[in-house]
Amino acid sequence: MANEILEEHIQNEYKWGFTTDIDADEAPKGLNEDIIRFISAKKSEPDWLLEFRLKAFRNWKNMVEPQWAHVSYKKPDFQDIIYYSAPKPKKELASLDEVDPEILKTFEKLGISLEEQKRLSGVQSNIAVDVVFDSVSVKTTFKETLAEKGIIFCSFSEAVQEHPELVKKYMGMAVPPTDNFYAALNSAVFTDGSFCYIPKGVRSPMELSTYFRINASGTGQFERTLIIADEDAYVSYLEGCTAPQRDENQLHAAVVEIITHKNAEVKYSTVQNWYPGDKDGKGGIFNFVTKRGICLEDNSKISWTQVETGSAVTWKYPSVILKGNNSVGEFYSVAVTNNYQQADTGTKMIHIGKNTRSTIISKGISAGFSNNSYRGLVQIKKGASNARNFSQCDSLLMGDKCGAHTFPYIEIKDKSAVVEHEATTSKIGEDQLFYCKQRGIDNEKAIGLIVNGYCKEVLNKLPMEFAVEAQKLLAISLEGSVG
Amino acid sequence: MISIKNLHASIGDKEILRGINLEVKAGEVHAIMGPNGSGKSTLSSVLAGREDYEITEGEVIFNGKNLLDMAAEDRAREGLFLAFQYPIEIPGVSNINFLRTALNEIRAYHGQEEMSAKDFLALVKDKSKLVELDSKLASRSVNEGFSGGEKKRNEIFQMAMLNPKLAILDETDSGLDIDALRIVASGVNKLKSKDNATILITHYQRLLDYIVPDFVHILYKGRIVKSGGKELALELEAKGYDEIKKEFELAD
Repeated sequence: MANEILEEHIQNEYKWGFTTDIDADEAPKGLNEDIIRFISAKKSEPDWLLEFRLKAFRNWKNMVEPQWAHVSYKKPDFQDIIYYSAPKPKKELASLDEVDPEILKTFEKLGISLEEQKRLSGVQSNIAVDVVFDSVSVKTTFKETLAEKGIIFCSFSEAVQEHPELVKKYMGMAVPPTDNFYAALNSAVFTDGSFCYIPKGVRSPMELSTYFRINASGTGQFERTLIIADEDAYVSYLEGCTAPQRDENQLHAAVVEIITHKNAEVKYSTVQNWYPGDKDGKGGIFNFVTKRGICLEDNSKISWTQVETGSAVTWKYPSVILKGNNSVGEFYSVAVTNNYQQADTGTKMIHIGKNTRSTIISKGISAGFSNNSYRGLVQIKKGASNARNFSQCDSLLMGDKCGAHTFPYIEIKDKSAVVEHEATTSKIGEDQLFYCKQRGIDNEKAIGLIVNGYCKEVLNKLPMEFAVEAQKLLAISLEGSVG
Repeated sequence: MISIKNLHASIGDKEILRGINLEVKAGEVHAIMGPNGSGKSTLSSVLAGREDYEITEGEVIFNGKNLLDMAAEDRAREGLFLAFQYPIEIPGVSNINFLRTALNEIRAYHGQEEMSAKDFLALVKDKSKLVELDSKLASRSVNEGFSGGEKKRNEIFQMAMLNPKLAILDETDSGLDIDALRIVASGVNKLKSKDNATILITHYQRLLDYIVPDFVHILYKGRIVKSGGKELALELEAKGYDEIKKEFELAD
């Protein structure tokens, strides 16, 4: 009975599935050194960056797509992708008035113009937004306010022009251009993204945020984010993603790097809501992302929090290399899959420094016909004395046609390490739902209540505004998934 | 309050309720007793709207409305409360949040505004005293890690918070030691009024020493085979269910 209702109901509409009708300045389809030179030239890049790209590309050609993830999909045809698509006209944008009104409307639909509107009307706000539309960063807000503190927050392209020494120094430090197939691809063809530098001793007075949106058909999005927190610096960084509804799969292969110096802390939160495909599994984004941070020096901390509800296929392992002594790495994740979505996500915690600590809390929720896997590596290198890790991986199943899998890898080379791993699998029970209903709470509300309760430890880590959005998103993603 | 007429219910091919007739008026306490497998819990589940059962015949009128046509949540909003024999755990959802959601859903159904946080907390404080519920339990996850006694007390606490018209207590006495039984019973007694009604489903006469029923019904093989006053429970206690079984086996 429950299954019939389940089947009947697994058809939530994707709310953000509109496209924006604007002229785009596109590269021809396909990938070769000429295309890379084209992108680099379009962005007036220095020679060293073109070399970085070409080197990555030459490596990439000899690499094979990873097969080990617990996902199956038709491999993208890398020659059938447009690697550069910028909204026209491409010129310096001094104010929001100059941005194509169609794009602004899109942002309004996405609900992100709010902060900007507040700023324009003089209301104090605490989020600065950089918006990446297809391949180009459209507008970064609050730049002046941040500049007063010495914080650099701008598009990646701008950083290449304005702060080449910083980009050159840090780019590729956490994710080398030859790290893996998708990271190499990104390193060759990335078009834009966000750059953030917090100088010594500065705590960012506001949350910094990037919104990514893929719009043009047949394009891949390859953005790069680089965040550097210098000594004693702190920043909380947010990332949001949406894409229009399309029949074909679109590729998203981003790279995010975080570097923290002594006593610095970066908190990176993602609410990922790429188009997941329709209820029959048609379309949707392939999200093959490499995110990694290095706690370069002592007492630094990197914390990843992610709420993953979108994408047809997700392949993503935000990781932390704990190089500095006493450094801390955290990974808090909620991954929801419904219909035919597949997610293989988790983290790597690489302990190198002494007294390093890491925490992994992963909450997977599978519904419909989806498959949800946690894959994690905890590695304690020799000499990482007194390293500690605590991992908790919980899976929640809704219905009986979905799958939940856990692949924890633990490698310990230092005897003083303490590593704990806990895992549970549970099912949203008819009993729990009936209990809620008997107290007057209907099905949808009950599922929301139960799922939010299950994810509480992770949602609590999100900044306030994001937590509310994430809760709503969870409810929408799972609408009607239990009878 | 509630009028059950010729109620038949099956699970799969098995008919469990085979023609229940019961009339409960406001202000009354009814006890339904019976041996294992007689259909006591089925009756409470069917009334509360659990979907595992198929109603094959009969009708149930609750406050003038056809109960069997209503979704489970609407039955609750109309004022039907079931204290579960085995209360369910909901990890990560605090008792407070759970009850606040429930209360406001019920209020919304009746066109009332949400209760303010201040009033709600005052109500929690007030009602938790009734069942001597530790205020810490109110902020813990629903039934998670509660002892058997705490779970049962929590059911009565929820009942106090939601203030139902008809409360069905499904073996609320099972698994309770004598002190907990006294606390639970005194809570139920304090909640009794001329405007609400209670159905106690129980195995043992023991509970009825604390909550004195106006009527006692004996359920056997899906039918009420005998009804009487509170003395019937004592008679049953003295003779045991075997006597009943013998007496009604032939009628089957």
